[in-house]
Amino acid sequence: MIDTTPWLDALHQAARVRSDAAGLPTRRDEAWKYTDIGALGVASFPLAGRPQGSLPTVAPLTTDALQLLLVNGSLQVLPGAELPAGVVIGRLDGKASAELVEAHLGKVIPAEAKSLAALNSGLFDDGVLVRVGAGVTLERPIEIVSVGQAGGDPLAFHPRCLLVIEDGGAATLVERHQGSGRYFSNSVLEIALGAGASLRHYTLQDESPEAVHVATTGIELAAGSRYAGMLVQTGSRLSRHETHAALAGDGASFELDGAYVGAGKQHLDNTTFVTHTAPGGKSRQLFKGVLDDQSHGVFQGTVRVERAAQKTDAHQLSKTLLLSEQAEMDGKPELEIYADDVKCGHGCTVGDIDETALFYLRARGIDAETARQLLIEAFLGDVLEKIAAEPVRTAFAAVVGECLKGAHATRRTNDHHQG
Amino acid sequence: MLEIRNLHACVDGREILKGIDLTIPAGEVHAVMGPNGSGKSTLSYVLAGRDGYKVTEGSVLYRGQDLLAMKTEERACLGLFLAFQNPVEIPGVTGVNFLKTAVNAVRRSRGQSELDAMQFLKLARRKAKELGVGEEMLRRAVNTGFSGGEKKRYEALQMALLEPKFMILDETDSGLDIDALRVVAEAVDSFRSPERAMLVITHYQRILDYIVPDKVHVLAGGRIVQTGGKELAVELESTGYAQFTEQAA
Ligand SMILES: Nc1ncnc2c1ncn2[C@@H]1O[C@H](COP(=O)(O)OP(=O)(O)OP(=O)(O)O)[C@@H](O)[C@H]1O
Ligand SMILES: [Mg+2]
Repeated sequence: MIDTTPWLDALHQAARVRSDAAGLPTRRDEAWKYTDIGALGVASFPLAGRPQGSLPTVAPLTTDALQLLLVNGSLQVLPGAELPAGVVIGRLDGKASAELVEAHLGKVIPAEAKSLAALNSGLFDDGVLVRVGAGVTLERPIEIVSVGQAGGDPLAFHPRCLLVIEDGGAATLVERHQGSGRYFSNSVLEIALGAGASLRHYTLQDESPEAVHVATTGIELAAGSRYAGMLVQTGSRLSRHETHAALAGDGASFELDGAYVGAGKQHLDNTTFVTHTAPGGKSRQLFKGVLDDQSHGVFQGTVRVERAAQKTDAHQLSKTLLLSEQAEMDGKPELEIYADDVKCGHGCTVGDIDETALFYLRARGIDAETARQLLIEAFLGDVLEKIAAEPVRTAFAAVVGECLKGAHATRRTNDHHQG
Repeated sequence: MLEIRNLHACVDGREILKGIDLTIPAGEVHAVMGPNGSGKSTLSYVLAGRDGYKVTEGSVLYRGQDLLAMKTEERACLGLFLAFQNPVEIPGVTGVNFLKTAVNAVRRSRGQSELDAMQFLKLARRKAKELGVGEEMLRRAVNTGFSGGEKKRYEALQMALLEPKFMILDETDSGLDIDALRVVAEAVDSFRSPERAMLVITHYQRILDYIVPDKVHVLAGGRIVQTGGKELAVELESTGYAQFTEQAA
């Protein structure tokens, strides 16, 4: 345990009491109806110690990235480059920028009983603090890479990050989760955007195939601030990615797109809670998934528009392509609207490959396998195309492409066995 | 080039084609006319190999080979081309990507080298210009949001790029304005050669002014009920199909 301050100890303590008493959520809890977080025995995975031996190196997605490396939840590498005035990138120990940390940590995502965030708050040992000062545009993207390294025995870790962009500041955050072996990663990322601040946030969950991944991201948006996020999930055995956005200031804008590819017995859950409490806010969500084999996808999206949030424009859509008869999707988009002058919409579609389109492509000489691939890529393409940073887009698309090829490889062998 | 013998086919358990006999030698153009729902598009789908169109009897020889034993893409690679009555919108797949993939698939099957991006673009632009297909249509998603006429021109463009041996045009004329009809029909007609053959499905004899057929067949109730020369098309314009539908029923 790193040296901390008394108030941080208190935060740990309080959260620990709450999560110890309540334990992990189960499928009897409404919010966890579709995802059995305890199924793979994570409750008994021992806490990871400090990583031993040599550090992994991970090539940054963009050459100019300010990279931070966490190994089993512990911050190992900080960017060496000199940072512009007003920018802090450092360890979250409660001492550096103490006031700032105290003002936000555990506030964007409170440690509610029986939540994975509380478990994180009780147990996180180390973390990342990023601050972008008022009016500062940080041109170089911040890249946080969380690597899980489990040997013979499973282990658990709880990475924690706090990102504060003050009024009028702007930044880009790339977040990557990857690793090897059997581990439970339970991360919490709190983001506070000041008035008129903006953040582009690209997340790639490409965890080890044996990993259980839980991430809780909280975003607090002050007046006129903008958040544009992209969440790609390809990895892990079981994953739950939760996003909580609070549009608390007038005219805030929140946009989150998701793409995921499931194969084998993977379980991929995207859960979002978007709350509009102030007028004139705009939120957009588009999640698209491709599920093969016996994989299972979940989209739970709740958009809540409070009485004061007039002129809210909120939309969420989930679309899923099922490539196999055993693949399964649970979709539950919900709107809770308490204001009367709003524009809200939601939808959820689940389908399989368009046979007519497949025939059309084949009638032009394109073999069935390539034609399928073209259609699947096209299905996810309109989401991935929204990634503004070209190198990030290329890298994410490459990971997705590899996964789709993997899914195809299993299909071909299956077909072969059947035929 | 194409020999259809006693072809019976079902869709959703319902027999639509009830014994079609049709032989189209290389170098010839045959027109097929007939009332709505008589099975013209069904015939074109069966020839192209669409899933769900079940052949229950009969045979089709294409360039001496058993056409019905081949996969859809194999037929296309062997030069069979169907211009769809209703071209399919494919959101997310750009025209350039689609056309290049198709052209290279066909070239590979013919033992020709694949075209690289530059070579392909040059070719596609030239052909598109000839057919009055706007260059921006190549960048858009396949058929997505195209007008009816634009879709038909796009079918003609695909034909021009793939250089097929046997073409089935399923109502390629409908939806085209008068000028576009001329451009497209002349382009198709320029494809006529002693090594090629065509089956032109239409409701109007106007397209046959540009692509003059060697034979005209009337398809009614799932059978060819009459065969004649070019003049049969003109005659049908005034008489309609009443005589055949009674006969078929
Ligand atoms: N999937 C299907 N299920 C059931 N019936 C079908 C299906 N597809 C086609 N049919 C029927 O088969 C018959 C022939 O249809 P087809 O499209 O071949 O007619 P057509 O001669 O091309 O007509 P048109 O001139 O209107 O294009 C019609 O009665 C149609 O309703
Ligand atoms: Mg038809």
